[in-house]
Amino acid sequence: MSVRDLGIGVAPRAQASTGWRANIALAGIPLAAMALVAVAVLSLTQGVASIPPWTAVLMLLDRLPLVSLSVDAPASWERIVFDIRLPRVAAAGLVGAALATSGAAYQGVFRNPLADPFLLGVASGAALGAAIAIMSPLPVNSWGFGWVPVFAFIGAAAAVTTVYLLARSGTVVDNPSLILAGVALSAICSGATSFMLLTGGQRAQPIFEFLFGGFNTASWQRVMFAAPYIAIGAILIALHARALNVLQLDEEQAGHLGVNVARTKVIVLIGASLMAATAVSLAGTIGFVGLVVPHAIRMIFGRDYRRTLLAAALVGASFLILVDLFSRTVIAPQEVPVGIVTAMLGGPFFLYLMRRRRIWTL
Amino acid sequence: MAAPVLDRSPLLEARDIRVRIGERALVDGVSLTLMPGEVLGLVGPNGAGKSTLLRAITGDRKAEGEVAVSGRPLRAIPRRDLFRMMAVVQQLPEAPPAITVRELTLLGRFPHLGLLGRESAHDQQIADASIVRAGCEAFADRPLATLSGGERRRAFIARALAQEPRLLLLDEPTANLDAEAQAEVLGLLRRLATEGVGVLVVLHDLSYAAAYCDRLMLLHHGRLMAEGPASRVITAEHISAVYGPHVRVLAHPEGGAPLVVPAL
Repeated sequence: MSVRDLGIGVAPRAQASTGWRANIALAGIPLAAMALVAVAVLSLTQGVASIPPWTAVLMLLDRLPLVSLSVDAPASWERIVFDIRLPRVAAAGLVGAALATSGAAYQGVFRNPLADPFLLGVASGAALGAAIAIMSPLPVNSWGFGWVPVFAFIGAAAAVTTVYLLARSGTVVDNPSLILAGVALSAICSGATSFMLLTGGQRAQPIFEFLFGGFNTASWQRVMFAAPYIAIGAILIALHARALNVLQLDEEQAGHLGVNVARTKVIVLIGASLMAATAVSLAGTIGFVGLVVPHAIRMIFGRDYRRTLLAAALVGASFLILVDLFSRTVIAPQEVPVGIVTAMLGGPFFLYLMRRRRIWTL
Repeated sequence: MAAPVLDRSPLLEARDIRVRIGERALVDGVSLTLMPGEVLGLVGPNGAGKSTLLRAITGDRKAEGEVAVSGRPLRAIPRRDLFRMMAVVQQLPEAPPAITVRELTLLGRFPHLGLLGRESAHDQQIADASIVRAGCEAFADRPLATLSGGERRRAFIARALAQEPRLLLLDEPTANLDAEAQAEVLGLLRRLATEGVGVLVVLHDLSYAAAYCDRLMLLHHGRLMAEGPASRVITAEHISAVYGPHVRVLAHPEGGAPLVVPAL
């Protein structure tokens, strides 16, 4: 059977696409942004004290500069919304955006649909780095940050470099090997982190957070500390969105279209690792967000990275805010670590992708 | 789109190209010149160094020697500028199976756009025109995975044309194609040459190369064996020296171009 025979009988896909399905995607971004706001407000209203959504909206608007509303709400609600729930929503949103964006970026650079900060071992590498920072004599300030993101980034960068070198032969990266190396490295790093937790005494207690991700320690200080790192990572990746589009072709072809392939890969990997490492510093190891969200995005938004990266950030934020809402309300007053919930959702999704044909191509 | 008629300076000059692996020379001191509007075919048996020479010229393979595009040393031309002048279609280019021909073609605009540039209406027009030039209108919105081998080759040529190149380099664009698809791809290259594009193409089939190229270069063991019009390159003497005793050269009944056939 010739290649030509395969083409017969396949109906030409009727598509009114000009370029990259521009119209669908254009409407999708504002929708995703509105969904994010709605999810954030919903999360603010839910908890031990239930606050009416409209009151929450008015309280938020009242805080905006030049807006003054008389909101009829007890003083305790003020504290619950602004000091407890809002920083938590901000942290979940920031981490969700960072994990989804970095996942999309890793998938683009490695042309591997399963590349996710967790499966590549990057998250565990970052957690190990963070644990080393906690145990080192270096200063860790009162809200548990300081050198943590720096060490987490070093751990993440070391992890992604290691799995890349292990999976590479010549200039070709073997896709299954990349994920296998990542999973093995992840096990090694988690083992080392657990060991430090178990043997480190009182001082090592914060390490617990890095192993089981969650947002119960979220605070404004931590969010403000993490935001700039995530922003820098986002900018590094966004600047290469068009190059990532071309890298969907093979690397040689991308080079023939004027992409500096080596430089693009290094910078995008640095950006993605910075985002993933900061997410781990803020909330510990939360797996599969970078796998599930970009996949859903590609189904809806196509594969123009200029849109999918932005959409992944918005949807990733909404997703993790919802998961966090679920994890703090489902068996309240007890909390389920967010990382456990995402693993329960993402694990089966990973297995589904694994069983599908064309698993190793985007 | 056509190059200026008066411009008769070479589009591509390669001087004394050598590619070595250890002591062994894959390409051993080959020079070539390509003019606007010309189709130059690189032919020779497997392992003669055709593809290696092409990859040395495009900079994908480390090589000794000088390469100049439009009179400028290739090394001195910034990457984006270079690939606005020169487009390359590799032997087996890859792309996501679900990408449509139109999407693929639009990626060819990359060297013309800035870091954060968006494709303008102008870029869309050039992509559309490239699709027409490459004869891909009928399947422009179909995913690559549904195309025949010949359609797929032409889709990648459309992507190359969207770069608006004056120089087009192709590595075995007819490999694994049936007779009709081979004729379509090579006919397309001929048409592009009449528009002023210089075409350098590695070909396997000597009869097709003789029929469609203005000039041939026959390589053997990394060296240039013969160069010139097909009638002077594809001769019984050259062919038996390079391909051995099991092939014959006949004259095409229509026009007399050389045909290479098995000896019976």
